[in-house]
Amino acid sequence: MDVMHALETGTAAGLFAYAPLIILFPIVGLVANLLVGRRLGERFVGIVASGAVALAFVVAVVQFLALRAQPEGARVMVADWIAIDSLSIPWAFKIDSLSVTMMLMVSGVSALIHIYAVGYMHEDVRFQGDPGRYTRFFIYFNLFVAAMMVLVTGDSFLTLFVGWEGVGLCSYLLIGFWYEKGGGGIGNALAGNKAFIVNRIGDFGFLIAMFLAFWAFGSLQFDEVFERAEALGPAGAGVLTAITLFLLVGATGKSAQIPLYVWLPDAMAGPTPVSALIHAATMVTAGIYMITRNHVLFELAPFSSGMVAWVGAATALFAATIAVGQYDIKKVLAYSTISQLGFMVAAVGLGAYVAGMFHLITHAFFKALLFLSAGSVIQGVERGHHHAAHGHAPPAGAPFDPNDMRGMGGLAGRMRVTFFVYLVGAVALAGIPPLAGFFSKDEILAEASRQNPAVYVLLSAAAFLTAFYMGRQIWMVFFGRPRSQAAEGAVESPLVMTAPLAGLALLSLLGGALNLPGIHTLGHWLEHTLGTLEAAEFNPAVALVSVGLAALAIGLAWLLYGRSPLAEGQPDPLRRLLGPVFVGMQNKWKVDELYDWLIVRRYVSLSRFLAESVDGRFWHDWFHDSVLAQGFRRSTSWLSYGFDLPVVDGFFNGLARLIGQAAAGLRRLQTGYARNYALALLGGAVVVLGLLLFG
Amino acid sequence: MNVPTAYLLMLAAVLFSIGVIGVLLRRNAIIVFMSIELMTNAGNLAFIAFARELLSTAGQVFVFFTIAVAAAEVAVGLALVVAIFRTKHSIDIDQMSSLKG
Repeated sequence: MDVMHALETGTAAGLFAYAPLIILFPIVGLVANLLVGRRLGERFVGIVASGAVALAFVVAVVQFLALRAQPEGARVMVADWIAIDSLSIPWAFKIDSLSVTMMLMVSGVSALIHIYAVGYMHEDVRFQGDPGRYTRFFIYFNLFVAAMMVLVTGDSFLTLFVGWEGVGLCSYLLIGFWYEKGGGGIGNALAGNKAFIVNRIGDFGFLIAMFLAFWAFGSLQFDEVFERAEALGPAGAGVLTAITLFLLVGATGKSAQIPLYVWLPDAMAGPTPVSALIHAATMVTAGIYMITRNHVLFELAPFSSGMVAWVGAATALFAATIAVGQYDIKKVLAYSTISQLGFMVAAVGLGAYVAGMFHLITHAFFKALLFLSAGSVIQGVERGHHHAAHGHAPPAGAPFDPNDMRGMGGLAGRMRVTFFVYLVGAVALAGIPPLAGFFSKDEILAEASRQNPAVYVLLSAAAFLTAFYMGRQIWMVFFGRPRSQAAEGAVESPLVMTAPLAGLALLSLLGGALNLPGIHTLGHWLEHTLGTLEAAEFNPAVALVSVGLAALAIGLAWLLYGRSPLAEGQPDPLRRLLGPVFVGMQNKWKVDELYDWLIVRRYVSLSRFLAESVDGRFWHDWFHDSVLAQGFRRSTSWLSYGFDLPVVDGFFNGLARLIGQAAAGLRRLQTGYARNYALALLGGAVVVLGLLLFG
Repeated sequence: MNVPTAYLLMLAAVLFSIGVIGVLLRRNAIIVFMSIELMTNAGNLAFIAFARELLSTAGQVFVFFTIAVAAAEVAVGLALVVAIFRTKHSIDIDQMSSLKG
C-alpha cells in the first residue's frame, strides 16, 4: 500500500532505493536455510527459499512500477567498493528498462522453478539416496538468484563480472550436485569441472575486454565508457573492435556458443530444476544480456557485430542438427537451448536487440517449461521403475536410464498434465502461432532476412530442425506403446510440480503478447535503455515461410515417428534414412573428441612435459639437486676442510702449541732446589751491583 | 794497633763469599744455615768497619739490629729444620724439591 501511495504521489524515484532488496532477499533466504534449514525440515526450507525469491519478484515488480512513473531510471548507490587513486568503482545498481526486464524475468521464472523444485527435489533426494542434501540444494539455488541479480543490476563491468562469476560458481556447484554419481562415479563432478573450465576461457575474454575498456576509456562504469566511446569517434574503431570481440568470447562461454558450447550438454548432469533455471532460462542468457547492455559499443564496431551474428547463426544450426540425433530427453533440450541461444546471439549481432531480448524472455518461459516437464517425465518414469522393480526382478541388460527416450513412449495417457504442458512448450519452441516462440523467433528471422540473407538461411534451417526434433521428441516420449516397464508404470507428478508447469505454460501461450508486431510493447519499453531502434517490420512472407517450414518439419516427424511408433529395441528410423549423417548427429559430430584430441590431450602432454621434464628433471633433479644442493655442499665442504680446519683452527692450535712449548721450556727453570734460586738471586744481585757500580 | 779499613772490608768480602759458597754448595740444612749466618756477619763486619772509618755510630746501631733479627731468624730457621727432619727424617735440602715444575 505504501508502494501504491508512493506511485500516486509521484515519488517513484524513492522506490528505486529499494532495489538492493532484490539481492538481499535471496541472501537472507540462503542464510536462514544455512543456519537452521536442516533442523527445521524440508517444508521450512522450501517455503523460505521460494518465499525469498517470490519477495525478490515483488521487488522487481515494484521497480517496474516505479520505472513506469519515471522511465529514465536511476542509479542507486549502495557503497564505495573499490577506490584506488583515480580508479573509483562504487557498488551501484543500474535501474533501467533493460535491467528491470531481466529482474522481472529472472525472479519470476526463478520463483516458479523454486516452487517446482520443492516437489522435485523431495523425490530426487530420495531416489538418489541422500535426503540431507535437500537443504543444500536450496541454498545453492538462492545463491544463484542473488548472483544473477548482481549480474543484471550492476552498473559497471566489474559488478557485472562479480555476478557473472557468481552464477558460474552456482552452475558448477549444482551441476556437480550429485558429485559422486554419474559415469565412473565421477561423471557429474567431471561435468561440473568441464562447465567451470570452459567458462573460464570465456571469462578470460571478458576480463581482457574489461581491461581494454579501462585502458582505453579510464572507467569501468557502463555509462561513462559508452559516453567516452562515442566521443572517441572513428579513432576508437580498433580498440572498440578488440573490446567487443573479447566480450563476444565471454558471451560464447556463458551463453554456450561455438566454440565454447561443449559444456552445456554435460551440464545436464545437474538436477532438472537446475537445467531449467540455470542452463536454459537465466544464466546462459547472461551473454545476450551483456551484449545488449553494451549495445553502444557493438554498434560502434560493425565488424564485431557481424561476427556475433555469424557465431549465433552457426551455433543455432549446428546445435539443432545435434539435437536431432539425441536420445536423452534432456540432451535434446540442451542442444535445443544452445540452438535457441544462437538465435538470440544472432539477433543481437544483427542489431535487433529488442528481438533478442524478446526471444530471451519467451525462451525462458517455454524452455524452463520444457525442462521442468521433462523432469516431471523423468520422475514419472523413475516412479514407474521403482514400482516395477518392487514387483519383479530388475530386468537384465543395460542399466536403467530414466532419461532415455527409447525407454519411454505412451506417456500421454499416463501423465496428462505433463503431456499437455510439454506440448505447449514444444509448440511454442517450434514456432507455431500464436504461441510465444513464433513471435519472438519470427522477429529475429524478419530482421535477418532484411540484413543478412545468409544468416537468415542458417536460422531458417535451424528453425526447421527445431520443429522436427521437438516433434520427434513428442512422439517418442508421449505416443505409441510404452517401451519399458518403467514407462508402463509411469505416474503423474504431484501438484506442487504441475502447478508451476501450468503457470509457465500460460506464459508460453501468452508471452508473444509482450511484443506483438505493430504494437511493440517491449520495444517501446526498452527504448529508454537501447535508444530508439527502428522496429523490424512484420514480414508476412518470412512468417509464412517459417510457419510453413515448422509445419513441414512436424509433418516429417509425424511421418517418421508418429505414423508407426518406435517399437522396443527398434533403431531410429532416421538412421536408415540419413546413414552416417545421423551417426554424426548422434555422436555430436565428435566435437568433444576433437577438443579432447586437439586441446585437452595437447594440454595434458604439455603439462606432463612441464611436470616431469621441466619441473621434475630440470628444475628439481638438475637445478635444485645438482646445481644448488651439490654446489652448496661443495662450497661448505671447501669452507670446512679447506678454510676452517687448516686456517682458523690451525692458527689457534698453533698459538696454543706455542704457549705450551714456551711453558714447558720455562718449567725447567723451576727445579725445586732452593740452591738454584739462591744462585739466581746472587746472579741478579751481582748484575744489579755491576750495573750500579759500572753502568 | 791500627788496622786499615780495607783489610777489614776484604775480610768481610771473603767471609761473605765463603757464606755464599756454603749456601750454594752444601746440602746439609744446618751448614747452609750457618753459611747464611756467616754472610750476615760479613755484612755486620763491613758495617762496623765503615762505622769506625767514618766515626759514626749509625753503623753500630745497624749491627745491633741485624744481630737481633738474626737471632730471631735462627729460632725460626731451626724450628723449620726440626719440622723438616720430622717429616723427611733428613735435613738434606735437596730432598726439599716438591716445588719442582
